Amino acid sequence: MASTGAFRVPIIARETDSSPIADRLDRTWRTPAGIFGWLVSVDHKSIGKRYLVTAFLFLIMGGIEAAVMRAQLIRPNQTLLSPEAYNQLFTMHGVTMIFLYAMPVLSGFSNYIWPLMLGSRDMAFPRLNAFSYWTFLFAGCFLYASFVVGRAPDAGWFNYVPYASREYDPGINIDDYALGMILLGVSGTVGAINFIVTLFRTRAPGMSINRVPMMVWGTLTASVGNLFAIPAVSLAFFLLWLDRQFGAHFYDVTGGGQPLLWQHLFWMFGHPWVYAIVLPAMGIVSDALPVFCRRPLVGYTAVALATITTMILGFGVWVHHMFATGLPPLSLSFFSAASMVIVIPSAVAVFAWIATIWTGRPVFTTAFLFFAGFIFVFVVGGVSGFMTAAVPLDWQLTDTYFVVAHIHYVLIGINVFPVVGGIYYWFPKMTGKLLNETLGRWNFWLMFAGFNIGFFPMHIAGLLGMPRRIYTYPDGLGWNTVNLITSLGAYLFAIGVLLFVINVFRSAKFGRVAGPNPWDAPYLEWSTPSPPPAYNFAVIPTIGSRYPLWEDRLEHGPTDSYVDQGYLLNRGRETVGTTALDAEPDVVLEMPGDTIAPLILAIALVALICAALFHAWWGVGVAAAVTFIAAVAWLWPEARLGQTKEIARG
Amino acid sequence: MADATFAPQALPVGSKGRHASGWWGMIALIVSEGALFAYLIFSYFYIASQAHDVWPPGGRPHFWIAVPGTIILIVGSFTARYAERGIERGNKPRMLAGMGVTLVLGIVFLLLQGVEWRGKPFTFTSSAYSSLYFTVTGFHMLHVFIGLLIIIMLMIWTAFDYFGARRHAAASIGAMYWHFVTVVWIAVFSTFYIAPYLG
Repeated sequence: MASTGAFRVPIIARETDSSPIADRLDRTWRTPAGIFGWLVSVDHKSIGKRYLVTAFLFLIMGGIEAAVMRAQLIRPNQTLLSPEAYNQLFTMHGVTMIFLYAMPVLSGFSNYIWPLMLGSRDMAFPRLNAFSYWTFLFAGCFLYASFVVGRAPDAGWFNYVPYASREYDPGINIDDYALGMILLGVSGTVGAINFIVTLFRTRAPGMSINRVPMMVWGTLTASVGNLFAIPAVSLAFFLLWLDRQFGAHFYDVTGGGQPLLWQHLFWMFGHPWVYAIVLPAMGIVSDALPVFCRRPLVGYTAVALATITTMILGFGVWVHHMFATGLPPLSLSFFSAASMVIVIPSAVAVFAWIATIWTGRPVFTTAFLFFAGFIFVFVVGGVSGFMTAAVPLDWQLTDTYFVVAHIHYVLIGINVFPVVGGIYYWFPKMTGKLLNETLGRWNFWLMFAGFNIGFFPMHIAGLLGMPRRIYTYPDGLGWNTVNLITSLGAYLFAIGVLLFVINVFRSAKFGRVAGPNPWDAPYLEWSTPSPPPAYNFAVIPTIGSRYPLWEDRLEHGPTDSYVDQGYLLNRGRETVGTTALDAEPDVVLEMPGDTIAPLILAIALVALICAALFHAWWGVGVAAAVTFIAAVAWLWPEARLGQTKEIARG
Repeated sequence: MADATFAPQALPVGSKGRHASGWWGMIALIVSEGALFAYLIFSYFYIASQAHDVWPPGGRPHFWIAVPGTIILIVGSFTARYAERGIERGNKPRMLAGMGVTLVLGIVFLLLQGVEWRGKPFTFTSSAYSSLYFTVTGFHMLHVFIGLLIIIMLMIWTAFDYFGARRHAAASIGAMYWHFVTVVWIAVFSTFYIAPYLG
């Protein structure tokens, strides 16, 4: 049809996935097969899977880097790695895990699951979603390209000046890191915008803001945090690049600049970012753990508010990374107190999970084990965090292995364990096959034991005074045994991860068929077939409670949920837009089709930073022009999307 | 209750004003861009607060060019709003005229900034202050430039007769970005030109 009408009364129908209308919806929404289809697809499900797979590849690369480092440190006076190589490895390990694995893997879950959880047919901005993935992929490749030229970033993932200044680190590596992070920041920002608008605009009618699953709260909170936090790090890296390449003086004392400005900007971003990479994972647990406890989450409202409180407080604690930099005592006291206050919302969530298990009837699946293991590890990481929030203790522990132990308890504990548990939980939805539970048990216990054996002794190494980031250590300092145990534990952990990978490949082929809802879970995504059809829902569901699929068992509000009855919306790619808080039907959203524009835009941007890296200004000009053309093509008003005025039809 | 749940109701279709996803997306983008400028201004005040010598080095900046530039940008926001009101009523010539004036005002602002840059006694590499000055105002000029590209595209699309009284979401979204560029300039102007007279 040439153009859409300005208003329409959408048809309300009762449909199933096997009806002829569903067939037509499938043709409308399905991306054509083949490589070209793969390049142009804007389907949130395939983008979500790409995010997950890419993030796991980066996890494995970061894991290999860690394994090599642990081989170097297994005994004193090893010479497996040169100091220069060790510096590059620990830097890239941090960069990979924190920027290329931890956030993207959560974006992968959210991309795949959100529209299914929210009862929508796609994200609010499907093309932006594809663009966000491509820029993430290209930024990751750009960062890793520095290995090819034999010189990766080597000033640590937080890249303090003056180590990272041109004077002390003159190579291309730091510039590569700087520009790569700016591109990655673009990906993170547009991704965050997409999540925020998706949450506020594309929930199924009736899914008021107090009925959304907790993972949505987690990702929403993280996305709002990212919106404010990412510009700080992009700016910090951009200013560093100006300092290094164009003689600016932002961080340079001789020109009146301040090295500490780097630390402020970096940690103004860095601390909120820590919450951005754990809150969605905590949300996964808050949703999936209750499924295996056969009851709703205890304290939904308290946990949602705790999530938001954690993020807000997370913006006021950045100085606790800088206690040893000689800041005034008043500032230290304030940031120490603020850091300790974060214990309160964190404890609210922990007690909610424990109460859920306590008052539920736990089913000890592998996913449950990962979520329960996560609670234990999170508490240990929380306690060590609380310890380092105290200024005097931090002065003793800063830059030792104690901090390394803390960050791994927090990031592996709160990110990796829920993520692997989340894969056990959602893999059946994504593939239609269940992961093997026997392998799963081995997978969990090896990872859990390996993790604690590997990382707990790092606390002790830190208390014994072992500094972080040293490439080797002499004999006779009392560090030999703890390092040996740490390395062995790390390898045990790695075997656990390997079992997980084997399980994924094996089960994708030979796994038991899952059916739509193998866990008898209450959320909307489990009302669709596994894997879900291209159009997600034959009709847009109507929601009456937090747990639409448990309504026959739970008391709930005045209306029921209907998953097979609601808006049909079948004139092209359509879904319903609802009001931000109450989720009343508000607009029929016309969704864009598959397009190559996001890929071209992402290629243009990566070309732009490549050219900038080598000061090829003509290349920057060409890439900027292509960026402009691709953006105009993308945004060109289309009649089908209801962006242009209706032509009067006779 | 089922009847109330499924009461038929006419809904707007597609991109319509504040119903448009793009309208919400632009708000989110502006929040993030606003944060970027907040961090730039933080950097300025942080370095200023730690400075040992006179700040700004070389004395306080003069207003001769910046104040007219500020007025021009503010007027440009009003002409953009005038244009938007035009297309809201289906008045294409008014949209084109308003956006055309905004375009000219934006270009004049950039030219004035160019004059201001050339007249500075320092260069980008002179000091932390000069690096800050050129970077922050440069960031803002880049935003003005992007705003001008948006205005040009909106004028082309208006000339193509794409917009009318009921369909003009792109124009509202573009105008919102332009207002943001104006507001950010007021913050930048206050930081670089007014703050030194207060300390």
